Amino acid sequence: MGINSPLTQNLMPNKTFFWFFLPTGLAMILFIGLPIISTGIQSFYAQHDQVVKEVKKCDPFGCTVSIVVDNEETTKLREAKPLGKFNGFGTYVDRNHLAIDEIKKFWNETENFGAFVDQVTNLPFYKALIFTLTYCLFVTPNVLLLGFIIALSLNAVARKIRGPLIFGTILPMIVTPLVGSLVLFWMIDSQGIIGANIQNLMNDPYLSLKSSKTLTWITIIIYGIWHHSPFAFVVFYAALQTVPQEPVEAAIIDGASRFQRIKHIVLPHIYPVVTFVALISLMDNFRVFEPIIGFSAEGSAQSLSWLIYDNLVNEEVILFGSAAATSMMTIVGIAILLAPVLIRTWKEFKTAR
Amino acid sequence: MDYGLDKKSTSLKTFNTIFIIVWLLIACFPFIWTFWGSFKVRADFFSRSDWWYAISAFNTLIETGGKFTTDAYTQAWTEGEFWKASKNTIIVTVFVVSISLFLGTLGAYALSRSTERYAFWILIAALIFRAMPHITLVSGYLFPFFQLQIWGILPTTIVVLVAINQPFTLWLLYSFFKTVPKELDESALIDGCSYFQAFRHIIMPVMWPGVITAGLFSLMLAYNDFTVTALLLNQENHTMVPKIQSYLGTNQHEGNLMWAVSAVVSATAPLFMLVMFFQRQVISGLTAGAVKG
Repeated sequence: MGINSPLTQNLMPNKTFFWFFLPTGLAMILFIGLPIISTGIQSFYAQHDQVVKEVKKCDPFGCTVSIVVDNEETTKLREAKPLGKFNGFGTYVDRNHLAIDEIKKFWNETENFGAFVDQVTNLPFYKALIFTLTYCLFVTPNVLLLGFIIALSLNAVARKIRGPLIFGTILPMIVTPLVGSLVLFWMIDSQGIIGANIQNLMNDPYLSLKSSKTLTWITIIIYGIWHHSPFAFVVFYAALQTVPQEPVEAAIIDGASRFQRIKHIVLPHIYPVVTFVALISLMDNFRVFEPIIGFSAEGSAQSLSWLIYDNLVNEEVILFGSAAATSMMTIVGIAILLAPVLIRTWKEFKTAR
Repeated sequence: MDYGLDKKSTSLKTFNTIFIIVWLLIACFPFIWTFWGSFKVRADFFSRSDWWYAISAFNTLIETGGKFTTDAYTQAWTEGEFWKASKNTIIVTVFVVSISLFLGTLGAYALSRSTERYAFWILIAALIFRAMPHITLVSGYLFPFFQLQIWGILPTTIVVLVAINQPFTLWLLYSFFKTVPKELDESALIDGCSYFQAFRHIIMPVMWPGVITAGLFSLMLAYNDFTVTALLLNQENHTMVPKIQSYLGTNQHEGNLMWAVSAVVSATAPLFMLVMFFQRQVISGLTAGAVKG
């Protein structure tokens, strides 16, 4: 090392950085960057139509021409061009996605605005979008609130017994969403302990989760709050440990109430953490999908991610194009969600320079 | 809060205790109940006539002669081939955790020691990647993987899970490396170590808490994953979570619900034990990201 080595200004030279970062960078480019591009390309293609041929059938009474599917040719075409036929933005505007034509039609045909909205929200993409947004809108604030209350309340109990209490609190978070929703579903279902008791209580033997769309939505939202609150709790709990003691004690001497102390000292101190939790939980809620499978709720609740999953597990032909188009629009949605954060970071970065 | 000066009223204390008890019931009871029910027969745990059967074990007594039965477990593990699924899960988890940590520590160390502008932008890009729903990535994988004929096998899934996991691992380890003073590697460099030697012999030994936390989160991701494993693995190679889903049945064929119940308990128990053991690390990991903002 020479005397003039700029060791303290920039510790790591570019070349060293490159080699250290290469493996993880490569993994992310190959398996996160490229798939996004691949999805983009796939969204412009649609699966081939079946090849048909005319078959002339003659019998003593004359000849008839019928059109049948040529299976051999169809297979051949699919093998030659596995990506499908080029469709441009066709998939994006079709009935299962943005449904531009349908919306125009509804606009012209429906009498009032309410009927128009009803029609539009019955289209698969808009239905899923509305469920996804509703889920985000109800789950995220409640997660923040419940997480904060649990953190405050656990912070007030004796230090000795906090360990086991924290363990119990974080259980809903560490199981996978599919398992978490199944465990709840088995209780809430009409044959489960809670479902059966509600039936008895309401005196309605036909009351069940599956019978009502609203009930299904509420259940999934409650599941979401149950599953995500522990995360908010853990972060808030850790942040509460760093709240400075002096201002709090001063406030007590000045006679501030508990609520005033929380509002004027604790909340401002943990504010950056609140935005962090809100951001993470918004990102996670936007991809909601496993609870729909766990609660077998696909009849009345579909999310954007579920639509993609449904296309990909399609029995006859995997609808790559359709899944890809929904994926691209989901990514746009994520970008809109992230935009405020990115703009703020960019501004901070510019002022820091 | 233990503020010394702060005198809590008794009513507030009582209210607080009740709140915590209620919350813990909500958080834990579903798991306790599922554990209890996994030792019953289907007619009891999913009773059409009376939910009390799940406690009194009415049908379990008739069908098996005892109040508790382990039939669901033995059947799921043998007939249901859950042993194979758990073997696959172990393979996937071990490889994902070790590869993730290897790539992640190298990358995060470089990010924490570079003051160049691109390091900042890489972290932002990682944040954007972190936000991508996994299902959108899977829809990008499927077609190329079919074409390359690498669909359905464990190695592909392992590599994909490692990559998906990298953004979070990088952020987590980055915030841990930031807490290791730069003077430590500087002195090693002056003594003539190469960067890699400094990383290997000076930095890594003090990084174990961070590495354990990052490892735990990789483990939870690989162990809990449904989206990637369900769509990228063939029936034969399914891990535990997609296997549980396959027990639920579809419109075409009826599933075996009690297998699913016992499989859920089998899959969850090791995870709970692990978290009980490493609780401190899990919490410090969740906080590490938050402290940095």
